[in-house]
Amino acid sequence: MSRSRGAILGWGCYLPRWRLDRSTISAVAGTGGGKGTRTVASYDEDATTMAVAAGRAALDHASTIDLDAVWLATTSPPYLDKTNATAVHAALRLAPTVPAYDAAGAVRSGLGALRAACAGARPSLVVASDVRVGRPGGAEESAGGDGAAALVVAAGDGDVEPLAHVEGWASATEEFLDRWRTPGDVASKVWEERFGETRYVPLAVDAYQRALADAGMEGDDVDRVLVVGLHQRACAAAAKAMGRPNDDLVATLAAQVGVTGAACPAMTLAAALEGARPGEVLALVVLADGAEALVVRTTAAVADRPAPTPLVDQLAGAPVAYGTYLSWRGLLAVEPPRRPEPARPSAAAAGRSAEWKFGFVGSEGDDGTVHLPPSAFDSTERPMADAVGTIATFTVDRLAYSPSPPVIFALVDFDGGGRLPVELTDATPDDIAIGDRVEMTFRRLFTADGIHNYFWKARPVRESAGSSRSSDEERN
Amino acid sequence: MASHGITDRVAIVGMGCTRFAEHWEAGTDDLLRQASAEAFTSAGVAADDVDAYWLGTAQSGMSGMVLSKALELEGKPVTRVENMCATGTDALRQAAYAVASGAYDVAAAVGVEKVKDSGYQGLNAFPIPTDGTNRTLTAAAMFSLVVPAYAERYGVSVDELKQALAHIASKNHANGARNPRAQFRREMSVEKLLSMPRVAGELSVFDCAGVADGAAAAIVVRAEDAHRYTDRPLAVKALSVVAGNGRGLGDPDYDVTTFPEVATCAADAYAQAGVTDPRAQLAMAEVHDCFTPTELVLMEDLGFCERGTAVGEVMAGTFDLDGELPVNPDGGLKAFGHPVGASGLRMMFEAWLQLRGEAPEDRTVPMVDGRDLALVHNLGGYPGEMVSAVTILGRMP
Repeated sequence: MSRSRGAILGWGCYLPRWRLDRSTISAVAGTGGGKGTRTVASYDEDATTMAVAAGRAALDHASTIDLDAVWLATTSPPYLDKTNATAVHAALRLAPTVPAYDAAGAVRSGLGALRAACAGARPSLVVASDVRVGRPGGAEESAGGDGAAALVVAAGDGDVEPLAHVEGWASATEEFLDRWRTPGDVASKVWEERFGETRYVPLAVDAYQRALADAGMEGDDVDRVLVVGLHQRACAAAAKAMGRPNDDLVATLAAQVGVTGAACPAMTLAAALEGARPGEVLALVVLADGAEALVVRTTAAVADRPAPTPLVDQLAGAPVAYGTYLSWRGLLAVEPPRRPEPARPSAAAAGRSAEWKFGFVGSEGDDGTVHLPPSAFDSTERPMADAVGTIATFTVDRLAYSPSPPVIFALVDFDGGGRLPVELTDATPDDIAIGDRVEMTFRRLFTADGIHNYFWKARPVRESAGSSRSSDEERN
Repeated sequence: MASHGITDRVAIVGMGCTRFAEHWEAGTDDLLRQASAEAFTSAGVAADDVDAYWLGTAQSGMSGMVLSKALELEGKPVTRVENMCATGTDALRQAAYAVASGAYDVAAAVGVEKVKDSGYQGLNAFPIPTDGTNRTLTAAAMFSLVVPAYAERYGVSVDELKQALAHIASKNHANGARNPRAQFRREMSVEKLLSMPRVAGELSVFDCAGVADGAAAAIVVRAEDAHRYTDRPLAVKALSVVAGNGRGLGDPDYDVTTFPEVATCAADAYAQAGVTDPRAQLAMAEVHDCFTPTELVLMEDLGFCERGTAVGEVMAGTFDLDGELPVNPDGGLKAFGHPVGASGLRMMFEAWLQLRGEAPEDRTVPMVDGRDLALVHNLGGYPGEMVSAVTILGRMP
């Protein structure tokens, strides 16, 4: 085996439930649209919440929580100045000694985070997560997609048997203007496409060839070439210039998911790895202000340890109306409920209850009774993020304040004990019935005074979300 | 540990109550002056004759000075009381205990709420800084949980249950229509109530209490002094408050068909007053019908009927104005309106009128001939986490 530039120990992808049918755009926007669908983060999702979902899945796949670091790469950071990865760290209940870093701003940031993580002696979690917004009717809007992907990587072989090794890696960097967004703007602007294409194609070919050389391989050794980036036309042209067509997976994701910005490279790689056989060689070429090329070879273990939450099971979603999509992204200001907006949460109070608010940890009394939120009179912690429950009863509140009314609210009885009155998400009133099964998901309840109020909600169990982790295993 | 009560040691000798309405022209201080003045006149005292005051307001002002400023009191002790929707009742409870203790000869409880200055419909709680994980559901939605739960537990169809809820609303509207101080004075047919769009679970806006501004006041003295102020004083027979620990909704055994805090509170009050059969002994009851399913469940929790029978009893007219035990003869929160801090005292005002024979003829409860007791019930909070207050008042010999 050639030397490893990094071992891939696990991965996890997250696609939000909602799908925008691109053909519905032009009726409203008067222009734009196209074929297929794009994923849409719900009103209560952002790069941080989706990163938590992908991160949970990846740690589950890698079966490790003993981390060197956690990275969050995004072009849509919910906060500036304040680190976003710390909320991911808190929701995953990682130890305080595990550093959490943002790699925010550009698609390329995620590759930098991955490169740094691949140098670590112990595994790191690299999550890339994005909410891609374009101006209504524009190409960026319909081409984009929302989602997150996470890789667990380390420099070499540790306790966890690698599923793949990065055997070659090369970068080509060049300063030129293709896409840009000034802080505060909702959407990117794009220079004439032909210009970017002419810059990207030679950079991609150069990076690809040097990555092959780095891996000691020839082009014929590569089973699949995946060229991804925000400039889709350049991706196709670059693959052609490398002497082969872009892999069908890239087109499939573009058609059903959209290009998920910073999340796209890791998501594409993860999706390719999901279907890979042992010894398969994948080349991932990312066009992002230059090009990054990785040559990855799967190990024998890839066949034995399938991802618990595969992307392929998440490709289907539920439709969201274009007007609803616009209001969720703040591009259409709809009339809010006539109730006071919620007050901003207290930083001090949130800090005191971080284990509950971010980690969803309840407590257990001496008699085994589970308390949610935790009781000060109990001495045993009871982590509940992975618990599955049943709706005991529910109601629909058309009066309460919500960024997207109505509020669906249920009493949920968890398997193994504990009842929680909790808001439901990724559901509509007609979908819900007493007895339905639900699982927990980390969401952004609302934003007040610029403070994102994160907490957990329940959502109908996703068929693919068969987490194998027992509910009382801690991630620390 | 014991709840001894102060049965027959304290009497109400004067009361006042404003109309409950959208008082765009009257502020908190105006409402306080109006209700207090009527109570003073009724007891034949002046503001300065009252030794100590308890002001009940949930969120219309801070401290006793809300009242001392409005009445321009000089050197009087005034304490602000807040206990959610039991605020007004608890203000009277504090005043009664103060008189019973011998600390004061004459005390007043004044409750007020100015809710229509907020710019929003409904009641909106004052925001207290939290970690952001608290529920933000409306009270209507919380109480709407009762409907499917009750239907399932007792094998009643949701449609049958909604008929009973509409009967409750229709009854309270009919009573309110006969009450010049009520917010809503229009009768509402069951048919019309059932046609309203749902806003929370199965509940429509007409299943919810009226939201109004208003104030009410009571003057209390030692029972032995009562006849110096009025020839028809009301004795305080029982005062009970229970504050729940909020664990109800997190308890898988809690099925949202009962309010345990109320049952506990009622048992305490009945023990204090020596009531063994409330349905046969009470002339009337004012209960906290914040939402129609609340009144339904209260009929069972207060022991007015057996568990699982409230739908049948309601439909049979047991709690109608001319029924076996009239409930909310003044229109209740539903039609009289619900200025939070005033509501408990408003309910006592109805007991004051009925037991003294001062209620208008068209809504005088028939039971008042042979029965001397009236029950007043408040609750604040939600199913699974609430404050309950039960007060029993009675005619004095």
